Amino acid sequence: MTGSARDRAAAVLTRHGTLLLFLLIVFVFGTQAPAFIGPENLGNVIKQASFIGIAAVGMVFVLLTAGIDLSVGSVMYLGPLIAGFAMRDYGVGVAGGLVVAVAAGAVMGAINAFLIVVLKIVPFIVTLSTLFFFRGFGAYLTSSRQFDFPDEIRAFGLSSVFGVPTPILFFVAVALAAHLVLSRTAFGRQVYAIGNDEPAAAKAGIRVGRVKASVYIICSSLAALAGFILIAQIGRLDTGFGEGREFDVIAAAVLGGASLFGGFGTAFSAVIGATMIQAVKTGLVFTGTNLYLQPMLQGLIIFAAVFLDSLRASRLEMLRRRFIRPV
Amino acid sequence: MTELLSFEGLRKDYFGVPAVRDLTLGIRKGEVVGVIGENGAGKSTLMNMIGGVVAPSAGEMRWLGALYHPRSPSDATARGVAFIHQELNLFTNLTIAENIFVDDFPSRFGLIDRTAMRQRTADLLRQLALDVATETDVEKLTPGERQLVEIAKALHRDAELIIFDEPTTSLTPRETAKLFETIERLKADGKTILYISHILGDVKRLCDSVVVLRDGQLVAQEKAEGFDVPDMITAMIGRALGGLYPERSAAPSSDILFSAKGLCQPGILEDVSFDIHAGEILGLFGLMGSGRSEMARIVFGLDPLEQGELTLQGNPLSGGVRARIASGVAFVTEDRRAEGLLMDAPTVDNLSLVSIEEFGRTSLAFLDQARLEQSTEHLKTEMVIKAGDIRTQPVRALSGGNQQKVVIGKWLMRQPDLFILDEPTRGVDVGAKFEIYAIADRLAAAGSGVLFISSELEELTGMCDRIMVMNRGEVTGRFDRSDFSDRDILAMAFGKKPETNGVAA
Repeated sequence: MTGSARDRAAAVLTRHGTLLLFLLIVFVFGTQAPAFIGPENLGNVIKQASFIGIAAVGMVFVLLTAGIDLSVGSVMYLGPLIAGFAMRDYGVGVAGGLVVAVAAGAVMGAINAFLIVVLKIVPFIVTLSTLFFFRGFGAYLTSSRQFDFPDEIRAFGLSSVFGVPTPILFFVAVALAAHLVLSRTAFGRQVYAIGNDEPAAAKAGIRVGRVKASVYIICSSLAALAGFILIAQIGRLDTGFGEGREFDVIAAAVLGGASLFGGFGTAFSAVIGATMIQAVKTGLVFTGTNLYLQPMLQGLIIFAAVFLDSLRASRLEMLRRRFIRPV
Repeated sequence: MTELLSFEGLRKDYFGVPAVRDLTLGIRKGEVVGVIGENGAGKSTLMNMIGGVVAPSAGEMRWLGALYHPRSPSDATARGVAFIHQELNLFTNLTIAENIFVDDFPSRFGLIDRTAMRQRTADLLRQLALDVATETDVEKLTPGERQLVEIAKALHRDAELIIFDEPTTSLTPRETAKLFETIERLKADGKTILYISHILGDVKRLCDSVVVLRDGQLVAQEKAEGFDVPDMITAMIGRALGGLYPERSAAPSSDILFSAKGLCQPGILEDVSFDIHAGEILGLFGLMGSGRSEMARIVFGLDPLEQGELTLQGNPLSGGVRARIASGVAFVTEDRRAEGLLMDAPTVDNLSLVSIEEFGRTSLAFLDQARLEQSTEHLKTEMVIKAGDIRTQPVRALSGGNQQKVVIGKWLMRQPDLFILDEPTRGVDVGAKFEIYAIADRLAAAGSGVLFISSELEELTGMCDRIMVMNRGEVTGRFDRSDFSDRDILAMAFGKKPETNGVAA
């Protein structure tokens, strides 16, 4: 039957679509610029992907509950900024600065969580307004001027352990920890349950509010951490830092297989998606593609990611159809 | 034997209308008790009280002699009540083991103790003779297997009372047989079972005793032995006739207006064929899950149809909803709040929703406001819609009956040829019911065909020229007005094959 053959093809495409797309990208750039698939470049791609990747791991938690967080770009800015004040004005060290940044991120996540869980406002609207609010607060603190970090922060940002750059180490550690939490803890499995069917989760006795609040706090904490680690490589914070990055982060998570409709995706979705987006960016440079085409291509990638996701969702919808007689 | 659960003068009112009243009844421990009754007889309300979803208005429940007043579903679960609903409460993206433990994962060093979880799950699955890996995603299971997982969940929580609500509707005969074996085994283990079903043959076969509810009251509690299916039906329907129906103002013509031939949709419909004549009201009767609303959605183009033909006035019906509306089909949905009305919009906007494009020369042109208001005002008077200012008052503020008139009215503005009314009088007071019947009659008299879907048999026999009966997606009976018999129609709705074929269309 042609119908079932088409069904099977669709199933393969929706299940492994991301991987196929990834291989295609590497193949296309590899044939055009062989240096692209050299180990040195691939290492570079992963290092640069770690910034979006760490935040995308946090985003996966939120997406799994069928929520969304648009404020991550601003959290990436405000979290490290607060850490910067602590380091410059209160003599906090680099490690302390990192802790301050993550804690500031957690507070911002708690603000989102309060508005979403307690006041029951839809996540899209909440995080759209905190996107402006958090960035606005940073602009107020700095009077919209560039902020210079103490010098020692770059030593940390550019350091490496056994030849592995620190950003990659953080990326790997965050991804592994998130994977463990999502797949091996009660909290993690309940995140999946809520994304699958929130009313059923409430009926099953899961503390839905608490779990949902946690995912926004995790997401913002990781966004702040991502921001801090990238700033540590640059040494200063421009006012536009992180602007528009929320879309890269969401696209990375979705491209890697996390569903905007909740319930599907893993910590590795974020890793694969972020690496893929970075691979495209680097590949375009390698092949000497016109720089001004980049934003359009990025738009196409986001479209592809969301399109794949809606294909997945409509397949799921079919599986959930109610039957009144045996098929 | 001791009584596990008993009710004493139990009553539940919704907005002053009793859904269950004066219910005094005992459920003995270790018995399988069938609960039967028509739609609206009070079965769901009773189950909701047992399950802690709603609280009784009066009377008391006792659990092993002690007062039992669950304040929430989790209270009921903790006491030992488990529900196996028709629509299962499983998370399809999690594994079997995870579903069983979802509210209470065993943990070791902060991580889930997967070994313990797997062992316990494997034990439970073995008890239920379900031979699948504990790590299988629920998504991949058949409906029958999913149901066994729900039962495993109940066993894991040491449920004493397991309530099955129409458990067999989506099961194959083999899965059904397996479910019954499982229920027998649960009974042998001392569990008490409440089994709610419209499939009376199953109830007879499976249960020790049967409880019959009608209009919220207990009408019979009998041993299943000696209580045969015809007796059950008599007990369920013996209600007084009280409604009033308008005289039909014209006889249907002999011209076929609409016809459906061999409609098949896997899992939904099986070979459904019927005709509707011009000026005819065809009643469609069926119980919940009979496929009546599903068929209406298919005719209206909301859901896909794999096989079969639909023609309206000789032209094939195809395309989506827009195309069907353009060909002259109208559909008043079962759930007017969710699907039929813009609750916060005023009457005018709701009435003009379907025909709005006719009030501007193109869809971008300015609307002819004067003509629009004139038409809607005219409809309001004609249909006796009792509303304040129809331009400002949101429909949410109208009564149920008037809301329903607005839903019907929006289609009237297009003068459709085929009118599908799905439960048009549900939740509507008696006076408004009469007005809705009168509208149906007027439509038919003007030459339209009406497909009147209802689970109130009385209104169908009162209003229709013919009645078609469905059960589990198949047509099980057809009756002409002269042959209407509540008893036969109900028997066919409960899935009994017709002995003497009613006069076919």
